[in-house]
Amino acid sequence: MFCDLDVRMCGWAGSGRETGLGLDRRSFLKCALASGAALGAGTVAQPAAGLSSGAAADRQDDAKFITEARFYQKLANRKIKCKLCPRECTVGDKERGYCGVRENRGGTYYTLVHSRMAAAHVDPVEKKPLFHYLPGSVAFSLGTAGCNVNCKFCQNWEISQSRPEQIPAEYAPPHRVAELAKQYDCPTIAFTYSEPVVFAEYLMDTADAGHQAGIRSIVVSNGYMQEESLKAAYGKMDAVKIDLKAFSESYYQKVVTGQLKPVLETLVTLRKMGKWTEIVYLVLPTLNDSDQEFRGLAQWIKANLGPDVPLHFTQFHPQYLMKNLPITPVPTLERAKAIADAEGLHFVYIGNVPGHPAQNTYCPKCKRMLVERVGFTASKMLIRKNSCTFCQQPIPGIWHA
Amino acid sequence: MNTAHSASRRDFLRKSLAGGAFLFTGGAAGNLAVTEPAAVPAVPKAKSRVVVARDPQLRGTGSTVDSSRVLALLDRAMQTLFDRDHPAEAWAKVVRPGDTVGLKVNTLGGRGIATNPQLVAVLCERLQQAGIKASDIVVWDRDSNELERAGFHLSIGGNRVQCYGTDRVDYEEDLAAWGSVGSRLSKILTQRTNVLINLPVLKDHDGAGVTIALKNMYGVIHNPNKYHLDGCNPFVADVNMLPEIRTRMRLTICDATTAMYEGGPAYKPEFSWTANALLVSQDPVALDHTGWQMIERKRAEKGWKTLEAAGRPPRYIATAADSEHRLGNNDPARITVVET
Repeated sequence: MFCDLDVRMCGWAGSGRETGLGLDRRSFLKCALASGAALGAGTVAQPAAGLSSGAAADRQDDAKFITEARFYQKLANRKIKCKLCPRECTVGDKERGYCGVRENRGGTYYTLVHSRMAAAHVDPVEKKPLFHYLPGSVAFSLGTAGCNVNCKFCQNWEISQSRPEQIPAEYAPPHRVAELAKQYDCPTIAFTYSEPVVFAEYLMDTADAGHQAGIRSIVVSNGYMQEESLKAAYGKMDAVKIDLKAFSESYYQKVVTGQLKPVLETLVTLRKMGKWTEIVYLVLPTLNDSDQEFRGLAQWIKANLGPDVPLHFTQFHPQYLMKNLPITPVPTLERAKAIADAEGLHFVYIGNVPGHPAQNTYCPKCKRMLVERVGFTASKMLIRKNSCTFCQQPIPGIWHA
Repeated sequence: MNTAHSASRRDFLRKSLAGGAFLFTGGAAGNLAVTEPAAVPAVPKAKSRVVVARDPQLRGTGSTVDSSRVLALLDRAMQTLFDRDHPAEAWAKVVRPGDTVGLKVNTLGGRGIATNPQLVAVLCERLQQAGIKASDIVVWDRDSNELERAGFHLSIGGNRVQCYGTDRVDYEEDLAAWGSVGSRLSKILTQRTNVLINLPVLKDHDGAGVTIALKNMYGVIHNPNKYHLDGCNPFVADVNMLPEIRTRMRLTICDATTAMYEGGPAYKPEFSWTANALLVSQDPVALDHTGWQMIERKRAEKGWKTLEAAGRPPRYIATAADSEHRLGNNDPARITVVET
């Protein structure tokens, strides 16, 4: 079985982006290796003899993880332009894109992480968090190295900000992932932990394998991608959770090393595609916690996506390069929720605060509680035929049949 | 490596470095007069010295570098830099017995545009003559395969010069941070060496403009791909400000035996030239500025526009020299270039 992790280490004390494992790096890697052993997918090479006990694993056989990338354009002089995300990295021969997991070799661009599973776990779907998607079910969750941004608060930075050769991984091709999901009774495969945009090829192939086996797919993503890749990759998803880091370009620039506008465009496109989408907004004290920002965000969501898109305000915990800030005070999260509620959003949640009543789902019409959550567990489920049991108000989402 | 030994040694090195000055251990090594190594100044000197040593016959009648000639070239460069009559006296200004010396080479571009193994071999010879044990010299870069492709032979353990990549020992668990960068550092730097001699090559870079001494430190960190935005500026300067790098850096010897003026960082023979030169300095900013000018002159000679006109001026050099970083001098009026 996978690492028997304390739930508290698996995402409570985390950012809005769920943590793979919320552990220090050594424990994380041990868990990744243990997961690999449980998968029966072969063993990671042992460190070379004669070096210190802290030596990294010998180089894995990289060749099996490497396949030509999609979404790029060849240029003169053996350069390429990546078309996966708005960075549009122009990458010279022998160089990699910003994400660190796509490399130009002689004028052809390759993904280095296809089937290169660096983290895997069976998670409750509420942990993503997705609150309006098959509550109480579990998802076979996986991620590779790499990310196309560099959030200073990233809880999974040890894999997201690493190059693939720097962390142990298991060879888990798409059909194998589908088999494992079935083996562990997971109706869903979740692409998460690092940033699935950067392993789009693996995501797409695995989603296809999953669907062939009757298993759905969901993704936890920053949404920082181009429209073509978004439609191709996330068009295969059954639900999407987007981490909307803030509602200001300057925050995206300084704290995320990204851009807000493309993420908003992603949300609009997902809406047009009819994809079930939920949004997480990680609240960092003093940086993105103003009334103005909360109000602007809520107004934008209502105008562009509609009032039924679930919005989760989640509590920040000091991480990575952002250890100087305190944990988000609960009153700040409650203020955010109050503003969003007042702007007319129907499903506004507070995350990472175990036991808070705002983790439950309430009918927007009769206000009765419909789904009670304790931690990551949905303990009551009072939605019948996609409607409130009490007043029959339709409750949007993907519910159990 | 014995874990207990390395832990106590690491503590020793940390204390030494935290003191901000090199310890004077006294004693003599062979016939060397013991002098305190010239620590790289915390603030740049009023004038920086860059020696450009050339040998038009470096390759003799063939295409490969002649070992005896590159040794002579290295000696001439070092003696000129430190104004000494004998190479041993020059090297005594850089290292002392008991040091563990890391030679950070550049092998990303492959054999055609990598730090020359013959140069490294003669450098190791001089270090040993300066009292450094062979096993206390580590030739390194980020990746063992890249080292081998560049012509280096891996060597791990035993009483010989060591040669391997960070992939063999990993990066530190914790982040080192300065300014805009936060990275894990190679354990070769942090745990195995107390002296860093930088051995970059001379070439242009399609993002940064040029990649010479300062940018060679990207090979020390685990996430260089995150720091190529905006022409690698201010990231190159910020990486060089990391205390673990800055306190160890003693000297830069830029291998300009083969150089490139276009198409870097990968090797493009059609844009390379046999400069047959070494650039040496204790000021990496001044060295980068000097190397940049050499590249610009070659570009002009070949009919290429300047790097500025090409949209990629090496702005990180000025940043490295600014009041916030003060890693060295980029003002030509404060750089003495000595051609020899």
